[in-house]
Amino acid sequence: MKLPIYMDYHATTPVDPRVVEAMLPYFTEYFGNAASRNHPFGWKAEEAVETARQQIARIINADAKEIIFTSGATESDNLALKGVADMYREKGNHLITAVTEHKAILDSAKRLEKWGFEVTYLPVRADGIVDPADVEKAITEKTILVSIMLANNEIGTINPLAEIGAITRKHDVLLHTDAVQGIGKAPVDVEAMNIDLLSMTAHKIYGPKGIGALYVRRRKPRVRLTPIIDGGGHERGMRSGTLNVPGIVGFGKACELCQQEFEVETARLRRLSARLRDGILSQLDDVHLNGHAEKRLPNNTNLSFAYVEGESLLMGLSDVALSSGSACTSASLEPSYVLKALGVGEDLAHSSIRFGLGRFSTEEEVDYVIEKVVYHVNRLREMSPLYEMVKEGIDLKSVQWTAR
Amino acid sequence: MAYSEKVIDHYNNPRNMGSLEKERLDVGTGIVGAPECGDVMKLQIKVNDQNIIEDARFKTFGCGSAIASSSLATEWVKGKTLDEALTLKNTDIVNELNLPPVKIHCSVLAEDAIKAAISDYQRKRNGAASQAGGHTT
Repeated sequence: MKLPIYMDYHATTPVDPRVVEAMLPYFTEYFGNAASRNHPFGWKAEEAVETARQQIARIINADAKEIIFTSGATESDNLALKGVADMYREKGNHLITAVTEHKAILDSAKRLEKWGFEVTYLPVRADGIVDPADVEKAITEKTILVSIMLANNEIGTINPLAEIGAITRKHDVLLHTDAVQGIGKAPVDVEAMNIDLLSMTAHKIYGPKGIGALYVRRRKPRVRLTPIIDGGGHERGMRSGTLNVPGIVGFGKACELCQQEFEVETARLRRLSARLRDGILSQLDDVHLNGHAEKRLPNNTNLSFAYVEGESLLMGLSDVALSSGSACTSASLEPSYVLKALGVGEDLAHSSIRFGLGRFSTEEEVDYVIEKVVYHVNRLREMSPLYEMVKEGIDLKSVQWTAR
Repeated sequence: MAYSEKVIDHYNNPRNMGSLEKERLDVGTGIVGAPECGDVMKLQIKVNDQNIIEDARFKTFGCGSAIASSSLATEWVKGKTLDEALTLKNTDIVNELNLPPVKIHCSVLAEDAIKAAISDYQRKRNGAASQAGGHTT
């Protein structure tokens, strides 16, 4: 087993060697511009792009023509929200999203508010799931777009998009979903779920960084967008700029592999996550699972270790790459807004660790991490005044803290 | 974030980690911070008749820099008089541990913990003196 162990697959993934292999000729041999219509270099590049478009469309049950390439999911989210808001402003000025969305959505929504749009930020249930009934209640005559993520990046919770899609379709409102974390790990079907726009990115599914896509529905209804990047009119005029051909080829290959290996890989990840969770919970008290117990990504385990601060635990787990909801791991000194939205107390938000497994995770790695986590949590609890107080029978909520 | 070697050393080998009997008259206890803020430090001192801190202990819930700051604080106050201990400044801790700006609050908390422990000790002493022969709480 090689150290350090990578267990942060929600952040990014290594490029699969099969993906790299598919990409390589497109850096050197087939380097043409896919927009060059009058010579073989351009034709070869265009052909590769169209193949990739099909591979990508297939994983969400879309048509290849509905895939618009972008630089990544942040751009896709920006384009979806700002592009729809501007195009449909005659129809209405109201958008609906949820408090646990990724910053690419939340900050785009805030920008739209500055531009005069109104945004409803839906709360989530304690298990992190958006209640479809809340979506329906929030829809007004002015609503043009609902944007709800497929799966949450911190707690892995999967939202009931099919139910939400039925509601948005009924009310003639567009539905966008940030599907970055769900692609390849949870079933996605833009037809069955009535999804009109969908953001995805290659680097979370063993493809390269810097390439993403926005699915834009062409029929029933035909969705139109105002571009946020103007230029040569590429991608049906929705996103100008020379196509990143090697990136697109890699993105396509990555989708193909995810689709081929979906059943086997999700079952394997689910087994490994259960092993990790059970291994830790059976040896430590006062550990809380954040997010829904079953309706979650097969590779996600988000645990709060009461009385232990997350960053100090990560420091002990120095040979394992993980992430924490603790304030100290962010620049803002605020603990995770996602965990706060679930009603997890701020103390437990500071104590949370996200374990993200992936294609190259092994049972041996999981067992190593269980052992290390148990050892360090016990050690840090010995060092924790909170743990000592609880053992003495003091209710921490009754203590007058001297917060500065 | 990369930690300084001294922070890592205190994290791996904390000095004076543990507790003193908080009921004892010669022990002062300071607890500062709050769980919601991600930092709670408990710092205890044991003071002899010459007003010298002869022992100190800490327990900390917090990041590595908070643990290191409190560990260092116990090391520094040991052997000092109460007046000397009160002159310790958070900036001394920042310099010694090479704390980045975002971690300065950890050193402030350690300074507060020393002051809180000393004032707890003095409150106990004064309480005992004013009701000499009586019982202490």
